Amino acid sequence: MTIHQMPADNTKPAYNYAYLDEQTKRMIRRALLKAVAVPGYQVPFGSREMPLARGWGTGGIQITAAIIGPADTLKVIDQGADDTTNAVSIRRFFERTADARTCEATDDATIIQTRHRIPEAPLKPGQVIVYQVPTPEPLRRLEPREAETRKMHAWAEYGLMQVKLYEDIARYGEITKTYDYPVMVNGRYVMAPSPIPKFDNPKMHMSPALQLFGAGREKRIYALPPYTSVRSLDFEDHPFRIQSWTQPCGLCGAGDSYLDEVVIDDQGGRMFVCSDSHYCETRRAEGHRGTMLGDAAASGLVEETTP
Amino acid sequence: MPTETMIAPGFSDPVFQSQAAFRALLAALSEPGTLQQVAGEIAPPEGLATATATALLTLADYETPVWLPEALRNGPAGAWLRFHCAAALVDDPAEAAFAVIDGAADEPRLSAFNLGTDQFPDRSTTVIVQVAGLEGGPAITFSGPGIPGTRTITSQGLRARFIDELHENNAIYPLGVDVLLAHGEGLIGLPRSTQIEEVR
Amino acid sequence: MYVAVKGGEAAILATHDLVAEARRGDPAVPEILVAQIREQQALACARVMNEGSLYDQDLAALALKQSQGDVIEAAFLMRAYRTTLPRFGSSEPLDTAAMAIRRRVSATYKDLPGGQVLGPTYDYTHRLFDFALMDEGSEAAPRKAPAPLDATMPRVPDILGAEGLMEAEEPPEGDPRPFDLTRDPVSFPADRDVRLQSMARGDEGFLLGLGYSVQRGFGGTHPFVGEVRVGEVAVEFVPEELGFAVDLGDITLTECQMVNQFQGSKEVPPQFTRGYGLVFGHSERKAMSMSLVDRALKARDFGEATNYPAQQDEFVLYHADNVEAAGFVEHLKLPHYVDFQGELELIRRIRKEREERLAQEQNAMPEAAE
Repeated sequence: MTIHQMPADNTKPAYNYAYLDEQTKRMIRRALLKAVAVPGYQVPFGSREMPLARGWGTGGIQITAAIIGPADTLKVIDQGADDTTNAVSIRRFFERTADARTCEATDDATIIQTRHRIPEAPLKPGQVIVYQVPTPEPLRRLEPREAETRKMHAWAEYGLMQVKLYEDIARYGEITKTYDYPVMVNGRYVMAPSPIPKFDNPKMHMSPALQLFGAGREKRIYALPPYTSVRSLDFEDHPFRIQSWTQPCGLCGAGDSYLDEVVIDDQGGRMFVCSDSHYCETRRAEGHRGTMLGDAAASGLVEETTP
Repeated sequence: MPTETMIAPGFSDPVFQSQAAFRALLAALSEPGTLQQVAGEIAPPEGLATATATALLTLADYETPVWLPEALRNGPAGAWLRFHCAAALVDDPAEAAFAVIDGAADEPRLSAFNLGTDQFPDRSTTVIVQVAGLEGGPAITFSGPGIPGTRTITSQGLRARFIDELHENNAIYPLGVDVLLAHGEGLIGLPRSTQIEEVR
Repeated sequence: MYVAVKGGEAAILATHDLVAEARRGDPAVPEILVAQIREQQALACARVMNEGSLYDQDLAALALKQSQGDVIEAAFLMRAYRTTLPRFGSSEPLDTAAMAIRRRVSATYKDLPGGQVLGPTYDYTHRLFDFALMDEGSEAAPRKAPAPLDATMPRVPDILGAEGLMEAEEPPEGDPRPFDLTRDPVSFPADRDVRLQSMARGDEGFLLGLGYSVQRGFGGTHPFVGEVRVGEVAVEFVPEELGFAVDLGDITLTECQMVNQFQGSKEVPPQFTRGYGLVFGHSERKAMSMSLVDRALKARDFGEATNYPAQQDEFVLYHADNVEAAGFVEHLKLPHYVDFQGELELIRRIRKEREERLAQEQNAMPEAAE
């Protein structure tokens, strides 16, 4: 039973389905439609004060609340994992307020709300991925005043961004942005992809899924319709490249996934494991074994179950 | 009460019906050229297609001025919109957040509506164009965001100039109106980002 | 097979229990009542009402109880509740000239109609502990005013205005409904209604610091307290179906009007300009800070330079909101290991490449003579 369906004689105050009132949902829905019509442009919206803290996913939560319905299955991840505390907390929020059906399998989800990652399993047509965005303005570090950055977007004046990236190259021999790496959308707007690692940037390009971005504190919504061009900014002599590791996942042996580093002792011991927990688990279920699975079991990271 | 002044009901379950309708609208505008269906759960007022009425119930309220052709504005459709959406009906197309036009009528042109501004292109009008049919007409092929390669629609009953107007609308991107073609329970989105590739 | 050990949900639920336990403290000490907080911590309640943007003393007290006295957490509770409340409309403008005065002081006139009313203030307490408050049973003797206060107490800026010396407060053209920043996104430059609204709910400490910066020269105004008044004001509402005003009750407000110099311009003769602050409850420090910053933010309107933080609307408005600021600062506690891994990969690689380069250069160099 969802909270809004509570009987009228219940004395506790009742909240609407998915927490937000219908007027607010309409306002967010209108912003979403404009966002998909102008890919990469940040639509200002009347972001509401939410019962979760600003900076903790209120933009993503408002978008999910405005689109979710009884036919949906929701997956929530933070750092790629379903079990991180904030992901658990947000999943609980939708279970409580929208009676949401939830899942961990990327394939089963119709809506994926994420913080900092795009799942490893390719997204499919019909899926919606909702990104939590702390800083929607890709030019903010170069120009903190919104009055100015708005003009830069209006006139597609992105020279400052090119200069900044080139300064990096001059100083370090490469662009040193490792996450929230700026992209050019549909050849028109420079967009912040949210703090996903640049490893995930290529997944946004021509994705068959609808990608929605919500910044609650900064009150901005933007979007990438399916099959939209998303190019990571680079230079001909310094092409964009993603992170790579010298070793595969210690648990499942994957060599194509983004890895988290786990410190296993104070002797410099390290283990690298998939950040996408469901991807890793699926691979292990298929029989893939990493070289450090035993160590991980010994240190309580995983446990052996009898099939 | 005489029947002509009776206002037809809106959604019977606003929360879930508007949610489902919104997903159809979102799909229409994020995958231009695809035919989306809304549920035929409401009885629209005279002059509005089910899809048009459902879209307005889902999106319009006291914050969104709506433009209707004069005959609709002064008829049951106007009364219905005021009652269900509390929307202000405006005379000037450029003031409208939403507008409904007849695809076969000569006026108003798409460019008469709010096209947004350089700094706020989102402030443009969303124009619902009611057409004689969404299939079986001349083929128009589109490309752009939301379209893998190209996509073709065959709607019927669009004025002769409409193709040129869509061209002009796309040419001023990121400004421009966003168009929804509506007939019966069907909707096709043609946002400003959509380019015409071929007309046959 | 091996599965990941999961405990996220159980851990989260455990934190809720631990918070409840910490909130209650020693069970041997009687639990504090919401009514006690409302009556005996009224200034804290006022701050919660201001920063929570909701006038409800009972809820403010409940919020303080629930948050263990953490004012920002309490304001957050108020706002998250406020956002779910249905809206019936806007009240009629409040008339602070008709305030039932409890306290009213002016620094610009020695005496004025209605006089100086000190009322309840800490201004002249010596900050010495009253150890008697350590024990229960301290009963304040009710004081009766020696003479009833004057029925009319004109606001000081109105007195100056009658002489033509005060900048007039003109509603914007067409007198539109004020902006509501809890419903619509702000854009810049922000109009005064937006600025005042943002400051009224802004963090007291932040505005105090900014106001102080103005006084110290980071913003060139020379303020006098024209007046600070505290008291009760009636809230009236005109229901659509009635067409006449209905009294909804009284609320306690603090209003501050600062008087500042202005050199004048070609069109305007020299006159005084106004800095305005209006807040819930008895909150003088907040109202005064707000009025200092309000005047500083008018710099652009008067053609003054806007070199300092207190004069820049985008800076003030975006950073005054402590619920937003607290959320974003505290979100740094959330896991960031995906991004950090990206940084680790980069820094290790850059260092490795640097070492290789240095080694190469070393090898290429001729042996140094020993």
